[in-house]
Amino acid sequence: MATIHVDGKAYEVDGANNLLHACLSLGLDIPYFCWHPAMDSIGACRQCAVKQYKDKDDTQGELVMSCMTPSTDNSWISIDDEEAKTFRSEVVEWLMTYHPHDCPVCEEGGHCHLQDVTVMTGHSRRRYDFRKRTHRNQYLGPFVAHEMNRCINCYRCVRFYNDYAGGTDLGVFGSNNNLYFGRHQEGVLESPFAGNLTEVCPTGVFTDQTHSDRYVRKWDMQFAPSVCHQCAVGCNISPGERYGEIRRIENRYHGELNRYFLCDRGRFGYGYVNRTDRPRQPEWRSERRSDDHGERADEIVILEVDPALDRGADLLRNARRVIGIGSPRASLESNHQLIELVGRDNFSNGIVAAELACLERMAELETSCGLPIPTLREVEAHDAVLVLGEDMLHSAARLALAVRQAVLALRDALAEERGIPTWNAEAVKTLAQDSRHPLYIAYPNATELDGISADNWQLAPADIARLGFAIAHIIDGNAPAVPGLDAALAAAAQTVAKQLIAAERPLVISGGSLESTQVLDAAGSIARALSRRTKRAGLMLIRREANSTGLTMLGGRPLEWALDEIVEGRADALVVLENDLYVRLPEARVDAALNTATALVVLDHQRTRTWQRARLGLAAASFTEADGTLVNLEGRAQRFYQVFDTSYMRPESRIHQSWRWLHALRISLIRGEDSTITLDEATEACAQDYPALADIVASSLSADYRVKGVKLARAPHRFSGRTSLRANIAVSEPRTPQDPDTPFNFSMEGYSGFDRPRKEVPFAWAPGWNSHQAWNKFTDEVGGHLRGGDPGVRLVAPRPGAYRYASDIPAAFEPQQDRWQLLVLPRLFGGEETSSRSAPIEERAERPTIGLSSADAARRGFEQGASLTLETETACLTLPLRCDQRLPSGIVSLPAGISSEFSSGDWARLEASGPDYKEARE
Amino acid sequence: MTVIPKDSRLRYHCQLRQSAEERHAETHPLTWRLREDGARVGFEEYCAKEGYQSARQTLTQRTPADIIDTMKQANVRGRGGGGFSAGVKWGLTQVGDHLPRGYLICNADEMEPGTFKDRLLLEQLPHLLIESMIIAGYANRSCYGYIFLRGEYVEAARSVALAIEEARQAGLLGSDIAGSGFDFDIALHTGAGRYICGEETALINSLEGKRANPRAKPPFPGQSGAWGKPTVVNNVETLCNVPSVMQHGADWYQGLSGGLSEDGGTKLYGVSGLVERPGLWELPIGTSGREILERAGGMRQGHTLKAWLPGGGSTGFLLPEHLDLPMDFGTIGQYGSRLGTGLIAVVSERQSIVSLLRNLEQFFARESCGWCTPCRDGLPWTVKILQALERGEGKPEYIEILEQHTLGLNPARTFCAHAPGAMMPLESAIRHFRADFEAGIAHAPLEGVS
Repeated sequence: MATIHVDGKAYEVDGANNLLHACLSLGLDIPYFCWHPAMDSIGACRQCAVKQYKDKDDTQGELVMSCMTPSTDNSWISIDDEEAKTFRSEVVEWLMTYHPHDCPVCEEGGHCHLQDVTVMTGHSRRRYDFRKRTHRNQYLGPFVAHEMNRCINCYRCVRFYNDYAGGTDLGVFGSNNNLYFGRHQEGVLESPFAGNLTEVCPTGVFTDQTHSDRYVRKWDMQFAPSVCHQCAVGCNISPGERYGEIRRIENRYHGELNRYFLCDRGRFGYGYVNRTDRPRQPEWRSERRSDDHGERADEIVILEVDPALDRGADLLRNARRVIGIGSPRASLESNHQLIELVGRDNFSNGIVAAELACLERMAELETSCGLPIPTLREVEAHDAVLVLGEDMLHSAARLALAVRQAVLALRDALAEERGIPTWNAEAVKTLAQDSRHPLYIAYPNATELDGISADNWQLAPADIARLGFAIAHIIDGNAPAVPGLDAALAAAAQTVAKQLIAAERPLVISGGSLESTQVLDAAGSIARALSRRTKRAGLMLIRREANSTGLTMLGGRPLEWALDEIVEGRADALVVLENDLYVRLPEARVDAALNTATALVVLDHQRTRTWQRARLGLAAASFTEADGTLVNLEGRAQRFYQVFDTSYMRPESRIHQSWRWLHALRISLIRGEDSTITLDEATEACAQDYPALADIVASSLSADYRVKGVKLARAPHRFSGRTSLRANIAVSEPRTPQDPDTPFNFSMEGYSGFDRPRKEVPFAWAPGWNSHQAWNKFTDEVGGHLRGGDPGVRLVAPRPGAYRYASDIPAAFEPQQDRWQLLVLPRLFGGEETSSRSAPIEERAERPTIGLSSADAARRGFEQGASLTLETETACLTLPLRCDQRLPSGIVSLPAGISSEFSSGDWARLEASGPDYKEARE
Repeated sequence: MTVIPKDSRLRYHCQLRQSAEERHAETHPLTWRLREDGARVGFEEYCAKEGYQSARQTLTQRTPADIIDTMKQANVRGRGGGGFSAGVKWGLTQVGDHLPRGYLICNADEMEPGTFKDRLLLEQLPHLLIESMIIAGYANRSCYGYIFLRGEYVEAARSVALAIEEARQAGLLGSDIAGSGFDFDIALHTGAGRYICGEETALINSLEGKRANPRAKPPFPGQSGAWGKPTVVNNVETLCNVPSVMQHGADWYQGLSGGLSEDGGTKLYGVSGLVERPGLWELPIGTSGREILERAGGMRQGHTLKAWLPGGGSTGFLLPEHLDLPMDFGTIGQYGSRLGTGLIAVVSERQSIVSLLRNLEQFFARESCGWCTPCRDGLPWTVKILQALERGEGKPEYIEILEQHTLGLNPARTFCAHAPGAMMPLESAIRHFRADFEAGIAHAPLEGVS
């Protein structure tokens, strides 16, 4: 601890950091640009100058950059000093000598860090009266727009993109005041974290292209605290809405989870919410045979809510047995209401058996193997990482970014040894050069993190498991040995085991991407072996979907079971919750069930193939229109809140939250009186029924939460045109929508300040800070935790282990002559169901290919790019070939999201197809 | 008609104008070996002139700590312009059994406007530098030496590369040098032509293949320099003093200035500009500007001295009245300028001071690395103002804006010394010749006339 004196007032601070960090953490305003809480100090912009005095009696003092000055004990500084103030305004004046002053047409306007600082420093009169330099802008892909003329050369973009995120295709070119931040030539930014440039950039050089396409100022949007639904990490986000459309997604600070950064799938994959073809009213599909409602066969009829519920209730009432199919992309509340409707015995969680087996194994390992699940922030503190069977950049991208920081953290350790403050970013980088904590990756293919790994192996799933078991055996001799391990793997296992043992905080990461319980068992064995040596180790297991973890806790049978119940005549009606069965199982299998079922009720927010088969479709709210609770891969239950009411701008809309539909349907079914239900009731009901989920009630705020007696505002207080939002619909202005479920108002009325600590922040704003930098005001220290506590509650804790080492060690993988083991590998863009329905993600997704090792391709005479047909017993698919140097022989890979006809582990044949190839052969 | 060689003008300047009779080992440690004809002193000739004796003796007879002590006592101050004690710098270099051996870098990126002293040594006496680096490398336990040479010094590059090879052949570079057990080698790196690479940390970044941005200090290169290893960066002329200091001792070195200055040693002084005989002289440090100017034959006919830069483009202007000051680090600093590189540039009464400043600031603005705001954006603004003044299109507030820059671009406010250096001539020029600047202000239109 240290005492620093700022403008005559004494403060206690953690003396380990710099003065800027300390002052901002104290809530004092010092303007800055190049410093970033996640990327520390470089001293380039000179904006954060303050006056420092030698001691109490020094009246002269000298200017120092607060970001480059340690907050040592008994420091005397002044922020208010005239010379410092003048210099800070001069810095803005210099920056403005070429900034185009195009705020009125700039997408950054209204949440611009440069605007904040310009106003803060008081610079307002332009004296520079010469020409400004201009640049050409670049096309950088569908996500990020580029306007170089606005650049103030703070270097944050390249520091984030290259140093923090490991990108290689964004750089700074030129020198003096002719710097250019961009790519060496136009093209799509390769990093899957490029979207963070829009928030890292202090002005409008890098802006959100999807926002630009449907632009509205930050102050004119309404926001809600939300949770990303595009993978199982559960990053906190703030979607912004205007006129019934989501306009952009901003990062919402969570001190243990995403902190400042999101991946591009999460940030730009929201477009499905805005699709014009979304079902917005209940739809009734008349049957071919005569219909008791007097409608023509196969006609789609739009229904009001009550008739829809009545018809739905009738359908279920007439059924012998109703099976409910839940969804890992829907909330706990919605899934629970489905269970309430159909009964636990009739509930499938909508997950296919192979995936469910992995999920259940993961749940079991996490409670029994004795190691805790680290939070993402804690991941960054681990000093050796082993990844078994995951390409994190594709299966849990934000986690990959955290692992990168963990590996680079050796830099900080070295710097501390040599007396270099860890916040001195460039110095730390210089000192450490390429020193990194060990990272080992075993995966069937090359992964993006291989470049910073100590070693990596491309192996078939069985061999990945064998490597894992071998490592476990070396760490703890009680773990079973691996019979017949080849020398190369044995050596690899030795290396990894040695590093894991040597580390203070080793971390094992695995997951369900390869759909192999053997890989998970291997990871579990290593975790168990490590837990006998150190409690500071960790185990992180990656799930695929937003609520995969939660659904596993709810229980339920696999999807195949549900379909079999129908096909085999044990049930005749299906209620499907936010789940497109066709993306999970082969068409024929789903068709067989749906053709047999006499009734199919589907709730969804997308016009999926399953929806199109529904007798009754109930228009469900997407995550931006709904409230609910998800459990992420850290076992953290998190609440997401409704951003806007769909019926306000679209009075014809009959979209409701799935849990509300399902509750009402149940009440209709039992001819009950009161069909109302609130979120709190739905959450409470779920918590009561499932002891493991008891804490979800406490995971967030209940509807009666108030600050200073008022609800919380969803919109900034400058929100404009509220009374005329609907002027094109009707001249009379209805009351703003009321929200019985949450403590938030659908308007700017209510509390939106920062001084009262709160967990759930719809949008970050503080006086003087319209930009994201306002988050500094909500945290206990910059880059720390929200003062009100980070959102959510952890549900999973390791219990002292009843774990017994798995002994089911697979045999080594043997490549076959004329057939290949198929692996469906996750991919960030295009590999997830809902985000793939968003245009920019579609554009960003790589063209699907069939991946085959170069050796196999050469052996069979297949050429790169040639058209290949992949055939199994039941299906075939033709795609171009991608020869892969790194893929092991005997494996064929297919990207996720292409076809549900294939699943990992299938054996497939490959045939050349396409005229070119045949001609060449002939 | 005289045929002017290819890289003519500076080459003409870059000659020692002292006869062989004047130069002795005891009084002219830097230049006594130079040939009258200006040709390169080769390996054999260098050895014949006591070459490498100092290195052989030092490596076999003295400890690194002992060498650093002698350097501290001699107080050899940095000849690149900084004036920092080389011995102290060496003493700050982190060495230790748990630390990796670091690097010795010779800063031969001589780009200071009006400076051509290192070039003389590099072209004509490369072995003196090699010998110096061997001793310095030994003293700092460096594992490798780099000579970061200005890219345009093509002839120096040839000369140094050949010298390295000759030394290697003679077993003076490589492993177990002269039987001392010390391993050391040197590589020549030619820069791509950026003034900022003369700043030691920018030089290191450039050497590493990175952008030539300076680094924040601390940590100093001695703690974490090239590739994060302890690194010493010394100027060519500074290093070239080392062998004679080792040979003759600290007291001898201190005595070289003959009471002219509290600093010791000699200095390579020079003059460029409109003088009769531009060139270089090795003189005791503290020699007056007047003596140096007289050795250069005084101003060219028809010109009178208006002002002079004592040591390069980034030093402040002095007036004729300052000609009798001793040219050393302490004295010049008291008169609003710096000794810098000690190479005088004269300005004639017939030259436009505003144009001269415009030219200088254009250079400095162009050579800004673009890292910190005041330098990157302040310097171009001053250039535009000076251009406007040059055209007679200035506005009354321009001089105030210039003064704000000369005040605002000071060392605490900018990241490195580049912009403060750039402001020194401007600040002093406005101070001494304000009227010249005011003359560039367009006459205000009469009131009421649009």
